[in-house]
Amino acid sequence: MAQALLEVLNLHVHYGGIAAVKGISLAVEQGEMVCMIGANGAGKTSALKALARMIPSRGEIRYGNQRIDALQSHELIAKGLALVPEGRGVFARLTVAENLLMGAYHRHDANGIAADLERVYDLLPRLLERRTQVAGTLSGGEQQMLAIGRALMGRPKLLLLDEPSMGLAPLMVQKVFEVVRRIAAEGVTILLVEQNARLALEVCSRGYVMESGSITLADSSAALLADSRVRTAYLGE
Amino acid sequence: MSPLDAGTVSSGFERFPTMDILLQQIINGLTTGSVYAVVALGYTMVYGVIQLINFAHGEVVMIGAMVAFSVITSLAGSGLPPLAIVLAGVMAAVPACMLMGYLLERVAYRPLRHAPRLAPLITAIGMSIILQHLALLVWGRNPLAFPQIIDNQVFGIGGAAISSVQIAIILMSLAMMAGLSWFVYRTRFGIAIRATAENVHIAGLMGVNANRVIAATFVIGAGLGAVAGVMYGSYYGIAHYTMGFSLGLKAFSAAVLGGIGNIAGAMLGGILLGLVEALGTGYVGEFTDLCHWPVAHGWLSERCADGGNFVLFGSNYQDVFAFLMLILVLVFRPSGLLGERVSERA
Repeated sequence: MAQALLEVLNLHVHYGGIAAVKGISLAVEQGEMVCMIGANGAGKTSALKALARMIPSRGEIRYGNQRIDALQSHELIAKGLALVPEGRGVFARLTVAENLLMGAYHRHDANGIAADLERVYDLLPRLLERRTQVAGTLSGGEQQMLAIGRALMGRPKLLLLDEPSMGLAPLMVQKVFEVVRRIAAEGVTILLVEQNARLALEVCSRGYVMESGSITLADSSAALLADSRVRTAYLGE
Repeated sequence: MSPLDAGTVSSGFERFPTMDILLQQIINGLTTGSVYAVVALGYTMVYGVIQLINFAHGEVVMIGAMVAFSVITSLAGSGLPPLAIVLAGVMAAVPACMLMGYLLERVAYRPLRHAPRLAPLITAIGMSIILQHLALLVWGRNPLAFPQIIDNQVFGIGGAAISSVQIAIILMSLAMMAGLSWFVYRTRFGIAIRATAENVHIAGLMGVNANRVIAATFVIGAGLGAVAGVMYGSYYGIAHYTMGFSLGLKAFSAAVLGGIGNIAGAMLGGILLGLVEALGTGYVGEFTDLCHWPVAHGWLSERCADGGNFVLFGSNYQDVFAFLMLILVLVFRPSGLLGERVSERA
């Protein structure tokens, strides 16, 4: 096995007395695109939030060669770990341009930031048109694009994507996934959480299936797409 | 014609205040209003970021006035140019208050960051009492008269008078408001403050250290408050350990009026409140003088003869206007004039 960029061992998340994540382990290699699928409430979002240190958890999280489970969330982006949260989380009262600049908040290379802004506007031309507009006035799809563009402004090595298809029209979902694919092609490692299992497995090389807080299956996308349990439970067949 | 006819009423208002009084009250209102606005910024910035009403902010402003008082009095006989002495007072008050703002956040509020909202609120009131009594210990219980070292020139405009202190206060406040707007809307850290105000968790994902942003809002608010305290003290010529209470409460009303959490709202609310208060105080005597009303009969008309009056509410009702306005805002537009927070939370 190649060097894992992200390695999680026995991760637990509790909300009060309720266990949301019950000791999952997973690994994502450099340059990989991996997905985690599962039903609503399976604990996928909690797991991602724990990885980004937004909520407390138990267990070991290794990123690069370092344990990050004792860090605070604002210390991660400088290490190259970015999360695009569920429900997008754009700053509704900030302009599109300000949102993008916030993505580069931890950086101090003005030239690099300007270049990346160009790059993001190239990748997501819609944002260029709307750059002076307040983000709250964007459509859901545009907000998702903005959230992804904002994460890219941080030059992440590992991008955690939480339900990028949520609440979007099918055509917009296709567009968002096209962008995600292009980001992966540029060498960014991606861990994608999705309820839309078919779509996720089609773009990712491997997948984990999460059920009530535990990982129940882990395999290549092709194998999961062929798996009868996955087909009945998540692909609606 | 019956006594209630419009013609009779208007003739009854013959002693109605003239334009120059209106202009004078507007000038006075702009002066106090700009002080309220600057103090209100301290409330609104902190509220915007952590939804805490820092009731000790008025006391920070008071301490700013007190520190400046001490510095100015001790330098008053030194032969330095008066402007330099006042400047030295401000330069001492600002860092003292900034430190106090920082300590307030660090010691009193940060440990309660995740406590139920009532806890920091009560702490805020406690801190306010503690600071008041600290000031009482240090500066005593008597009102302190600001030494009048600057020759306060008075200029006439349109029948009204404006003093150089008033001009200085208005210009200084406008400059601070412009400076703060530039900082919050144009700088990297300013954008981070607004982002944190909107969603502290997401801002954290961007690498924003929430503790630093929160501390900064306290420090900036306290620095502005220090200048406001000096301006207020030199305008009324007096500093007292209780002055932070009513000033703070009015500035807080101004912040609510403009929409708490909204920076432009605090500025607008402050100026508006100052104007309402000045105009209200200026006119309430005239309006509630029964001798101006068409009800002057019998003993009242005797009393009203030869320019007598029977005033129901005089200018000692000054403080009522600010709070009347606060109540009206809370009843009719709880989110304030420029506020949006309430609807956004839905």
